[in-house]
Amino acid sequence: MKKKILGVLLSLAMVGTLMAGCGQQQGVEDQNASKTDSAQTEESADAGEDKEDGKSNFAPVAKEDLKVGVIHIGDPADGSGYSYAHDQGIVEMQKELGLEDSQIIRKNNIPDADPTMTEQAMRECIEEGCQIIFATSFNYMDTCEALAEEYPDVIFSHGTGYKSNDTNFNNYFGRIYQARYLSGIVAGMKTETNKIGYVAAMGSENSEVTGGADAFAIGVAEVNPDAQVYVKVTNSWLSPTEETNAAKALIAEGCDVIGQHCDTPNPQTEAESAGVWGVGYNSDMMNDAPKATLTSVVWNWGVYYTQAVQKVIDGTWTSENYFGGMDDGLVDITPLNEDIVAPGTQEKVEEARKKIVEDGFNVFDGVLETNDGKTVGEEGKTLDDATITGGINWYYKNIVVK
Amino acid sequence: MDFFVNFFVAAVLAGTPLLFGILGEIINEKAGHLNLGVEGMMSIGAVGGFVVGYWTDNLVFALIAAFVTGMLGALIYAVLTVTFMADQNVTGLTLTIFGIGFSNFVGDFVREKSGSTSLKLPEGILDSLGKVEIPFLTDIPVLGKLLFNYNIFVYLGVAAAILCAIYLHRTKAGLNVRAVGENPAAADAAGIPVTKLKYLNLMLGGGLCGIGGAYCSMIICNGVWVTSCVNGLGWIAVALVIFATWNPNRAILAALVFGGFSVLKYYVPQVIPSSIFDMIPFLMTIVVLVVTSIRFSKENAQPKSCGVNYFREER
Repeated sequence: MKKKILGVLLSLAMVGTLMAGCGQQQGVEDQNASKTDSAQTEESADAGEDKEDGKSNFAPVAKEDLKVGVIHIGDPADGSGYSYAHDQGIVEMQKELGLEDSQIIRKNNIPDADPTMTEQAMRECIEEGCQIIFATSFNYMDTCEALAEEYPDVIFSHGTGYKSNDTNFNNYFGRIYQARYLSGIVAGMKTETNKIGYVAAMGSENSEVTGGADAFAIGVAEVNPDAQVYVKVTNSWLSPTEETNAAKALIAEGCDVIGQHCDTPNPQTEAESAGVWGVGYNSDMMNDAPKATLTSVVWNWGVYYTQAVQKVIDGTWTSENYFGGMDDGLVDITPLNEDIVAPGTQEKVEEARKKIVEDGFNVFDGVLETNDGKTVGEEGKTLDDATITGGINWYYKNIVVK
Repeated sequence: MDFFVNFFVAAVLAGTPLLFGILGEIINEKAGHLNLGVEGMMSIGAVGGFVVGYWTDNLVFALIAAFVTGMLGALIYAVLTVTFMADQNVTGLTLTIFGIGFSNFVGDFVREKSGSTSLKLPEGILDSLGKVEIPFLTDIPVLGKLLFNYNIFVYLGVAAAILCAIYLHRTKAGLNVRAVGENPAAADAAGIPVTKLKYLNLMLGGGLCGIGGAYCSMIICNGVWVTSCVNGLGWIAVALVIFATWNPNRAILAALVFGGFSVLKYYVPQVIPSSIFDMIPFLMTIVVLVVTSIRFSKENAQPKSCGVNYFREER
């Protein structure tokens, strides 16, 4: 009997700790949310502006003496996905500038939720004499901020976040939504059922994912006003099982083009085995699903890495934030899969590309209708960068979240 | 109706890798070994099955390879815990870490060698991974779609569960295994070869886990090598052994229910946050723990000697 009671008590204790755990998580999320809010105001103050009127605090570095640190959340050897894409950028920079292998210090598989490991990895880079450290994942941000203060001579360049300082800590990211808009056009042209699926890593609380889905949907609406975009959220940046399951559910609902903002090619291969089509992300997923992938939305981080390291060599580096777009070549879609895209897609894509690169079209222009009947934005204006990076928590009018 | 069919089919497909993991762990625990290395054995089987399938373009060879590599993973564990008496929990955890690393290393290595950024199974084996249609049965309206329209792994899984149940509860060999798991000293005194049975059953369990791993790399990822493709399913399987109350037949139910919970959020209207759905399976495990600890029955409990190594000289 005693044992039974003990068992019940232990189980209850487990439930208790589980709930407590949940509560804490919520707390963290709230904190993040408020951080994002305050960041918006910070960022709107300095977005895209030179903070120090272009004057660098750093002396030029001889190319042979240069050392570049890179902190990866995953393993570049994965052959596709997030870390691979970043590392391809590093490799391109190395080739472009003619650096030796020993001048690139990589720290792989550093979990960004673990500040101790992050800090240790960065300190190791500093000890090995790195003048600049690229931190590629969001949660490295606070560690960068702290170490930037401790080591004013080392440059910290942090990807995807929103913090920076006036001297040696900047932030870089790109207008991936421009490429997603193009991919939406490709998807909208192709669909026959007028149902397009979208596997999203995070829900409407995440502006990067939601803004990307919106840009995709705006592209769809541009060429196919009747089509609707069905969004399913996996709550995970990388989960092969979840991503397959989400794509399977979308296809069962009748979607015949599957877009994605998640890491594995599983939504594409799932589309291929079901005989429908898709739009990949991060790497050219036509390799994984040649009969399904129409095109892929890709980053070309090398554009930024080359430019940043060149500035370090020249002694012209400033902590100006970088938010590059299609005009820089930082983001793009891969060449269309000519065998399966709808006829006339290439022309439409070129037209839209010209609109973005030459005519200054910014996707989120003018008044936008959301799917709950509200409107966002003003006539004749476009959403500012701070809103795009941190404040898109609505879905465009043709998006269905079920 | 369509909705229900779609949901049920998705639940079965999501539950199948778990089913193999649960069966493997049940057999391990019945032999008195708490093996936390299920994730590792699944990962090893995932890469073993995938790579052999890639080379031979033959599903049968791929399945055998997944089984054998899973067994080899379990052999490491068996040597360490049965012969060298290493701590079972620590060894199991180590096997998990080793297995994931080994799997990623081999898979990524073969991809690098192939010279492409994507390692995809050849057409022939991909075809045999598709749905197996059974004449007449598949054509029954609704029921045919619900029960007889799956890939080969699903049928294999159900067959394996039934065979495991017969083996453990209806054969002399199974009786001996259960005796070893409950009280190895008594079994030893009765003349049952404890060490041999432990080795055999640990490896049998490892082989089943290996097939579950092959499901992850070949079915879930549709025949394209994805790094870390098992991604935690092995751990869920270990927890589900409790849900199945160490009974292979109930493992089918446990796998189906948890498969269902894991895909539920994609099939119901999103009125509550989807994170709640992610939590349900684990809440259910806690509920089952509570219920089983209240209704304690000797038959549906963890084998007595589970987690304790048997050292003959200490009798």
